[in-house]
Amino acid sequence: MDIWPTVYVFVLASFIGLGVIRRVSRLLHTPLMSLTNAISAIAVVGAILLTGGDYPDRIRLLGAVALFASMTNIISGFLITDRMLRMFKTGGARDGGRR
Amino acid sequence: MMYAATQAAYLAASVCFIFALHWMNTPATARQGVYAGIAGTAIAILVTWSEPAVVHHGWIVLALAAGVAAGVPLSQVPLTAVPQRTALSHAFGGLAAGLVGTAEYYLQVAESPERLTAFRMTALIAEILLGYITFTGSLMAAGKLQEIRWVPQRPVTYPLQNASNFLLFGAAVALAAAIAAHPAAPWARAAFPAIIGLALLFGVLLIIPIGGADMPTVIAILNSYAGLSAVAMGFVLDNKLLITAGALDGSSGLILAIIMCRAMNRSFTNVLFGAFGQVARAQTAGEQKVYKSETPEGAAQVLAQANFVVIIPGYGMAVAQAQHKVRELYDQLKKRGITVKFAIHPVAGRMPGHMNVLLAEADIPYTDLVEMDEINRDMPQADVALVVGANDVVNPAARTDTNSPIYGMPIIDADKARTVFAIKRSKNPGFAGIENELYFSDRTWMLFGDAKAVIGELVKELAGSSGMH
Repeated sequence: MDIWPTVYVFVLASFIGLGVIRRVSRLLHTPLMSLTNAISAIAVVGAILLTGGDYPDRIRLLGAVALFASMTNIISGFLITDRMLRMFKTGGARDGGRR
Repeated sequence: MMYAATQAAYLAASVCFIFALHWMNTPATARQGVYAGIAGTAIAILVTWSEPAVVHHGWIVLALAAGVAAGVPLSQVPLTAVPQRTALSHAFGGLAAGLVGTAEYYLQVAESPERLTAFRMTALIAEILLGYITFTGSLMAAGKLQEIRWVPQRPVTYPLQNASNFLLFGAAVALAAAIAAHPAAPWARAAFPAIIGLALLFGVLLIIPIGGADMPTVIAILNSYAGLSAVAMGFVLDNKLLITAGALDGSSGLILAIIMCRAMNRSFTNVLFGAFGQVARAQTAGEQKVYKSETPEGAAQVLAQANFVVIIPGYGMAVAQAQHKVRELYDQLKKRGITVKFAIHPVAGRMPGHMNVLLAEADIPYTDLVEMDEINRDMPQADVALVVGANDVVNPAARTDTNSPIYGMPIIDADKARTVFAIKRSKNPGFAGIENELYFSDRTWMLFGDAKAVIGELVKELAGSSGMH
């Protein structure tokens, strides 16, 4: 297996991450954390392959537990992020605040 | 053909994730970010599920359904509990990575040991170590934040703590290296659970010396670990989507941790291995200083005369659930034409951005939430600084007292306001036992009591006297 393409992807993706995250509003650091939580639950991919593959049951069971944990993060992460973001309002929405 | 379609879909999911984070740069577009994230994840799940290698579906459906059943209530927790929910979800992420790594190892050893190359084996071990350390470490952090009885709240320290931790971690790495060199040896199969055990133990030991005030940094570091374990899984499975998403998460945690460390003027190593509590003991002795206290009536009168009020919230506001009362106070002051701003210190609360979310929940416009550096320029013009459950982040000792454990930490300059009111539950020193000089300044008056009750009384006073103005 050629390892270099994956290493490239990792390094370049890290730079994209650093560039994008640096611009995230400080107001939103808590929702940012729950959003990245949900996104990194992409481990769900590995868990599905194990759970659904033609493997011994104990392997598939480990996969199923991992799948459950990832799915919990996906659902709760996206839902709570959206719930928090809905609360951020400008002054105009309430009483004509300044700025 | 199938391969190309799968790869294209994974690429599309990666792009969705990058947009998701990009749109978080302002509250105006942030919700689009959530939808982009959902789209990316949905694509990834559907494409993976339809792979020809996936032949059994029953357990997948069951696990997904169980995940939905557990995830929905976890997303409905009160916002004051968001730090522990976040820690818990890091634990779940770490567990998933650890389990997938474990299953991969046993599967490959049994079926195709030749696929366990040195590179893949190194990645697999990294995935397992990071995954299980994140799992127990985050569980401990969540336990501390939730104040579960059998999890010690205060930092636990003992002699040779760092030395024994390093020794343990060194043992785990040495064993890992040996297994990575000979993954298919019979002894390696037997020793594999020992690595898991060491990682689980190390996660616990890493968190027990850490106190509540350091939680924002620790949560950010654990966030980064959870992301890196997904990257390692991507290396094992040769999956670029996992690598991209994990790298985004890892760099997010890293940046947040750096911001938190800077806001405390401390280094990573100092947070993880410094045991904050030790330094503070030196200065508990000394003469007894006297607080000047003020009644809510008196404070309300001063507030009513002000033009510019800065409210400085801290973890105490979250504990007292006082954010809605704070909103009522904000409304009362606004009604009188008083400018009101909130000064947000990066480490106020128990996780990055904690105060912003609580105040947004109470319907305070985010345009009135001001970062530390920006508000400090205006502090000398402030007529009143009202400290609600914040302590270390307004302690002037950070500027002046080289012996203080928080010396050098950037603070909100509450002491530069014309008048300071500080709401405090009791006369005891705050977390880590550090005396706060601000409370003894000749401009400061203390309002003793529960934050919610005190602010409630302020609101009542202001509402009652509003006819006179």
